[in-house]
Amino acid sequence: MKKIYLSILGFALICRFSAYSQVRLDSVTHKPVTSLYTPVVPDSSTYKSRPLRIDEINLVSSYYSQDGKHSAITGGIGTEQVTDISNGIELKLAWNGNTHLNTLSLGLGIDHHTSASSAFVTTTGLGKKDGSRVYPSLDWTTENTAKGSSFGIGSYYSGEYNYKSLGADVHFSQKTADKNGEFGVKLQAYLDHVTLIYPSEFIVALSAPAPAGATYVTTASGNRVLVSSGSSGSKVSESLPTSPRNTYSASFSYSQNVNSRLKVMLLADVVKQNGLLSLPFHRVYFSNGKDTIERLPSSRFKLPLGVRVNYFWGDNIILRTYYRYYHDDWGSNSSTASLEIAYKVSPFFSISPFYRFYTQTASQYFAPYEVHSVKDTYFTSNYEYADFSSNFYGVGFRIAPPKGVFGWSNFHELELRYGHYTQTTELVSDVISLSVGFK
Amino acid sequence: MIKKLTIPAAIVLLSLSLASCVHLKEYQKNRINDSEMTLGNRKAERNEINFQSYRESASGANAGKTGGGCGCN
Repeated sequence: MKKIYLSILGFALICRFSAYSQVRLDSVTHKPVTSLYTPVVPDSSTYKSRPLRIDEINLVSSYYSQDGKHSAITGGIGTEQVTDISNGIELKLAWNGNTHLNTLSLGLGIDHHTSASSAFVTTTGLGKKDGSRVYPSLDWTTENTAKGSSFGIGSYYSGEYNYKSLGADVHFSQKTADKNGEFGVKLQAYLDHVTLIYPSEFIVALSAPAPAGATYVTTASGNRVLVSSGSSGSKVSESLPTSPRNTYSASFSYSQNVNSRLKVMLLADVVKQNGLLSLPFHRVYFSNGKDTIERLPSSRFKLPLGVRVNYFWGDNIILRTYYRYYHDDWGSNSSTASLEIAYKVSPFFSISPFYRFYTQTASQYFAPYEVHSVKDTYFTSNYEYADFSSNFYGVGFRIAPPKGVFGWSNFHELELRYGHYTQTTELVSDVISLSVGFK
Repeated sequence: MIKKLTIPAAIVLLSLSLASCVHLKEYQKNRINDSEMTLGNRKAERNEINFQSYRESASGANAGKTGGGCGCN
């Protein structure tokens, strides 16, 4: 650690010396007696149209596949096979005001996943194995290009069969006087509802016989829900109960051009969650062999701190680095470090191999299968909260020719990226993503 | 306690060093304005960040999810 401190101090001193040589004041002052410059007074009397235009369209698709041996649904054992196909489209509309540039971003994401362990929400193993999630978003940002400031608001919705989310944010940014730095802040809230789908062995059986003609539907977890009483002919729908989960966060960022080759960004989030923070269909097996439903505290505080450093090395290599330290009040601490080397084969084509390392300590509420005591107040066997390390590596390709991809002028960017992920918990996954951009 | 504060303290020291950065003119920004130099995630990284937040305890400080919005952490 002494070496790290000395290195950072040395870096600061180098910046100071370079800064001093660049910003020394000119001692010779020029005071022209006459000027040939005539200021132009803008004509504000005529109407000027500010057409709304499509600024950018982005499409991102990904295929994700994983496997493992520690499913939380079966108490920390069992298959974790999952596949996910994710598609998202973002449409950016822009229009100019008198002094502001306005941007309206409309987004829509649709994911479809399959999960082998979901079938075991019911003890028969015949439960629902797949699901879909739809998540639209809307964001409006207005930017004062003269002052270098921007302000915006955003809203989101996410719906899937066991989870509904409604979110909103307010964001603001301000550039420094010399336009080489920028400070940003974002305040965000998610007001979510978790559908209480319990493992089938914990569902109370019907105590009264069903009325004649009544219609019941068995849900994913084996719940029997009355959807038609039969006698009156009208539908009586009893939906599953839900429990709230709220997340509030404040995100801060500061970016700075250090010199003509180096940019740095500092990031910090402060996150507070409350409500039902566990998942009702996750099992935990105690040391005496009895099983129950996962139970976690109803509040959580998170503090992630991050730094990004990008450096243009030579004429065609860009080093993109990232480090994050994370701490929460559930006892988990982690470090994330990544390095991506973007090699510009030409000004418009780059190849970017990358590597990411992650390590975390276990939450105080985690224990593997049949380790928890019945006396524990909170308990989970979800390996997301275990002690482990992970490696993620792969390569990306990016094409952005000035005349457009495949000669299509509006098709301005294409990116393909593949990554392989492994955890010391024996979880393995692969992801491939395709991103296309139109202007 | 000292070990826990080591890394956050290093980040704070790094941030103080940013106060001594050069003033760049527009014609000197050709490299730092390169699209690969953007201080943010690539568009194609969006779903990678999502699955990492599902499988790991940590989230946030990367312009991704900090929590909420899905049946994850």
